[in-house]
Amino acid sequence: MEWITQPWPWYVSGAAIALVMFLLLMVGKNFGMSANLRTLCTICGAGRSSDFFRFDWASQKWNLVVVAGAIIGGFIASHYLTPQDAVLINPETVAELKGLGFESAGAAYLPTELFGTDRLTDFKSIGLLAIGGFLVGFGARYAGGCTSGHAISGLSNLQWPSLLAVIGFFAGGMIMIYLLFPLIF
Amino acid sequence: MRSLSYLLIGIFFGITMYKSEAASWFRIYEMFKFDAFHMYGIIGTAVALGVLMVLVIKKFKIKSFYGETIAFDPKDKSIPRYALGGLIFGLGWALAGACPGPMFTLVGAGYVPILVVIAAAIAGTYAYGLLRKRLPH
Repeated sequence: MEWITQPWPWYVSGAAIALVMFLLLMVGKNFGMSANLRTLCTICGAGRSSDFFRFDWASQKWNLVVVAGAIIGGFIASHYLTPQDAVLINPETVAELKGLGFESAGAAYLPTELFGTDRLTDFKSIGLLAIGGFLVGFGARYAGGCTSGHAISGLSNLQWPSLLAVIGFFAGGMIMIYLLFPLIF
Repeated sequence: MRSLSYLLIGIFFGITMYKSEAASWFRIYEMFKFDAFHMYGIIGTAVALGVLMVLVIKKFKIKSFYGETIAFDPKDKSIPRYALGGLIFGLGWALAGACPGPMFTLVGAGYVPILVVIAAAIAGTYAYGLLRKRLPH
């Protein structure tokens, strides 16, 4: 059982994700997490201002239950299965991040410079998280899916639109990190 | 009974996201910098097994646990929505370091500021709904 408290190697992690997709298919559903963001809009009454949100959200309840599970899973994994949660990324990446001001690189799970609870009163950190989240939500719905719907489900079904979306994910990510990070941090 | 199965799958998914470190902002940064194989190994393994799984399900017309036909909806064929939507998603993914699954896992792990990311992602989805008819698809 020792292995479970270590970070999972890529082949175990990848197989586990494939198993999640398999189980969802076998209970008659599809693996796609960003659809929940649309459902949450509908529940909040977004159908009043756009017909995009006028759909029978009860048909998506199952996916919200998966989300509830993902929250519980995060709690279990972080509290009981991870005695040491520092993510040991490439030492060169650590040095580079420290140069950008991320002193927590190599010593934490998430950068405390953005995700520390004390950052909630920091206008810049909160602003950056809000911009990042907004782009994720907008882009996922525009592209009709996110990492789970396109990179995993779509590519598994050999859909070229999903490949195009994944190329877009990487183009966007690289623009952010190579061009914009030096300006932001 | 079915709800319980969705919950258990979700719990397994959440544990996987956390333990694989795919929910770590640092891993996403490292991936976009091509400084490690880790994330590529995860996605590659999942897709390789996924392709095989979908082929087998289609070939042998495997039914779900409840005896239903397993349907694979083909994606709409177009270019702009995937290229532009994907690009916008990627910008946000690199900045927030979390995509829509891991976001929720991180709530359970106790990171309060991730709630800002989730609220903003819901707002972004809403903004797309309002602007949808004016965007190229």
